[in-house]
Amino acid sequence: MRDPRQAGPIDRDENGVGAYFDAATATPLHPAAREALLAALGDGWADPGKLYTRARRARLLLDAARDTIAQVLGVRADELSFTSSGTTAVHAAVLGGLAGRRRTGPGFVRSAIEHSAVLHAGERHVRDGGTETEVPVDRLGRVDLDAWGAAVTAPGVALASLISASHEAGTVQPVAQAAARCRDAGVPLHVDAAMSLGRVPVPGGWSLLTGSARKWGGPAGVGLLVLRKGTRWVSPYPADDRESGRWPGAPDLPAILAAAASLHAVHEAAAKEGERLSALVEHVRATVAATVPDVEIVGDPVDRLPHVVTFSCLYVDGEALLTALDRRGFAVSSGSACTSSTLRPSHVLAAMGVLTHGNIRLSLHRDTTPEQVDRFLAELPGIVAALRAEVGM
Amino acid sequence: MSLPTGEPAEVLDCLGQRCPLPVIALARRLPQVPVGTVVRVLADDPAAAVDIPAWCRMRAQQYVGAASVDGAPAFDVRRVA
Repeated sequence: MRDPRQAGPIDRDENGVGAYFDAATATPLHPAAREALLAALGDGWADPGKLYTRARRARLLLDAARDTIAQVLGVRADELSFTSSGTTAVHAAVLGGLAGRRRTGPGFVRSAIEHSAVLHAGERHVRDGGTETEVPVDRLGRVDLDAWGAAVTAPGVALASLISASHEAGTVQPVAQAAARCRDAGVPLHVDAAMSLGRVPVPGGWSLLTGSARKWGGPAGVGLLVLRKGTRWVSPYPADDRESGRWPGAPDLPAILAAAASLHAVHEAAAKEGERLSALVEHVRATVAATVPDVEIVGDPVDRLPHVVTFSCLYVDGEALLTALDRRGFAVSSGSACTSSTLRPSHVLAAMGVLTHGNIRLSLHRDTTPEQVDRFLAELPGIVAALRAEVGM
Repeated sequence: MSLPTGEPAEVLDCLGQRCPLPVIALARRLPQVPVGTVVRVLADDPAAAVDIPAWCRMRAQQYVGAASVDGAPAFDVRRVA
């Protein structure tokens, strides 16, 4: 087997000219996370649930990580549990939130642009006899608040889920207003804040919140599940005495410590870094619109995440575009059907009614430089033109 | 099968074609028909249902609507520009 350590840095191709633009999938490990992870590998392996000295030391480290993250989120430490990924945190929030209010009714309300983890949890709920209402979004990818209000006010709604900002279009959702509609209807709100944590503030008013460490520069394998005091929730899994009965199995302490250290670091720098990345995104939006003909820039131009930009190029095969960019060393994501295992276009782009083929998402991070962005912008028009020429357009 | 507004003048059979080929076929053909003409695109690629209306919006053509022809998805577009 090839030694995985021989792989080069992911933000460079062989010529050192490429760039990694897929932070919304996985952000490169933050130096604070790397440092904490390496330090914790030595002494963070003991089980925090035991009573001997080494275990109590692990417990102190776990408590410190929980305190750090709770402080950044503005919640109580006992409201925060660690799960094994952002996806499992979402599954636990949705299925547990629905189970906790089963007596109220079987209704689950969600926007049309939720992460697939919410969609999958909803599918399970429906298979088990529950109901689901999908609330549409506008062309910019913002949830329709009137439809949202009507959906959560209907009888028998147990839970509603709203993503804090679209992971594909970058559009920030009206969480405060949606939460107010939920409060008026007496329905608890789950906010999937994976895209926002460590980058932009998340409004309050929710009952359940989930997040994912690898989206902010922590390691993969750490999810956050926050249940505000008084939230009715029943574990959808067999429970043990871990994480207050909210997530079973021994926690990955080194990864959790790394998640806490990196969240603290990115939170401290968020305002300034957000400004920097937002200016780069604005530069991409303006330049692509000016230099690539027949392109649709997707999502809200102003009320958006600082680090995400999405656009679709008419007559271009998304997979071919992604592959051509990869050959030039640029790692990007695509919502086009031909790039998905199911060959269906992104449900987010479809819900927005925007062009789904030739779609590219760039998501920037702290290692992204203006030079990398400019190299991308210099190469893109030629790549798109060449792909169009291949199909005679 | 019924249409919102009359029968199409022409049918482009793009069944079995993957995105973006049905849109490319439409973009090639529509400028060749007289203004006011309706062209129907038969396309079973899941992206066509989104991308054909999006193309009409971007190109200021009129998306008439979707229909089903012998079980195959059909999308009608009127040249208006």
